[in-house]
Amino acid sequence: MQKILILSLSLAIFWVFACVGNQYPSGARVYKATCANCHLDDGAGLGALIPPLANSDYLIQHRDQLACIVRYGLADTILVNGIRYQEQMAGIPNLSEVQITNVLNYIGSNWGNKVPAFRLEEVRASLQSCNSLPTQDTKTKQ
Amino acid sequence: MYKQVCFFALILLIAACGPNVDAPLPILGERDVAPNGDTIYRSIPNFAFVDQDSQLVNNATFDGKIYAVDFFFIHCPTICPKVKANGLRIYQKFLNDDRFMLLSHSIDTKNDTVAALKRHVDKLNIDAKKWRFVTGARDSIFGIADDYFSIAKENPDAPGGFDHSGRIILVDKNRHVRAFCNGTDAEDTDRFIRDIERLLKEQFPANK
Repeated sequence: MQKILILSLSLAIFWVFACVGNQYPSGARVYKATCANCHLDDGAGLGALIPPLANSDYLIQHRDQLACIVRYGLADTILVNGIRYQEQMAGIPNLSEVQITNVLNYIGSNWGNKVPAFRLEEVRASLQSCNSLPTQDTKTKQ
Repeated sequence: MYKQVCFFALILLIAACGPNVDAPLPILGERDVAPNGDTIYRSIPNFAFVDQDSQLVNNATFDGKIYAVDFFFIHCPTICPKVKANGLRIYQKFLNDDRFMLLSHSIDTKNDTVAALKRHVDKLNIDAKKWRFVTGARDSIFGIADDYFSIAKENPDAPGGFDHSGRIILVDKNRHVRAFCNGTDAEDTDRFIRDIERLLKEQFPANK
């Protein structure tokens, strides 16, 4: 009986760690609530319509623009892993700087991405220079 | 001894609750018994829509085939990409099986023109003969959603302007609805793929 108890307990512990394996649980919650519908749970994206976040070279090459894209969306053509994407992305204007930091860290540390962690100050600074970027205004959001 | 009995009972219980994979899929929906004693099942009515290549798509398109149906719109900010991703898994699974097709209805008949559908489908790299994406008169699309036991209606308060369900529905050769799944759920879609295989076995006993 004790053996079974120990076995199930260790299974439960293993299961908990396997599922909450990521280091950014609150980023994961933001992702699930605001990003996963389109970019999908595994960050795979969809054909040539929705770019992947998994194994994405764009995250490394455009690090300073990512916070702005999350907040204000994107109306520009972008190149991700050699594929051209032209669909509009709606911004998520109601996310706080902290939430954006967490979600970027969740994305940047999952699915084969190795983006160095963002700090809040960095995200704040990026967000202050959004206007100079080819992002869309929130009012054109779907 | 007691333990063994418990174990045996548990196995029996699991076996009794498990789905019977050999039984035919049920015919879903209302049914009536006709004066001659036959049971008349609800079936998909006549329809005529236009697809991404401006081709007519009607009941005859699916003659002698079984097909899966869903309702979506291109600028859908919520569940559509997930449903499409699971739809693509179904498409890939039966890509070379001519007995099976897919049919997606756009419910945003104002914005999702034939050209817009064409552009959308091309970016998903889909064979237009296998998976038809259609548009048509708004009321016809909304109306046929009911016949497929799905939901499609305008609602200015809903994200993107429409209420709709992420169901994928399976229709047999006789226009009867036989199964459906929640297209946002990968596991449910796996079960649905097995349902398609069961229906193929049932309706095409001679080949394959």
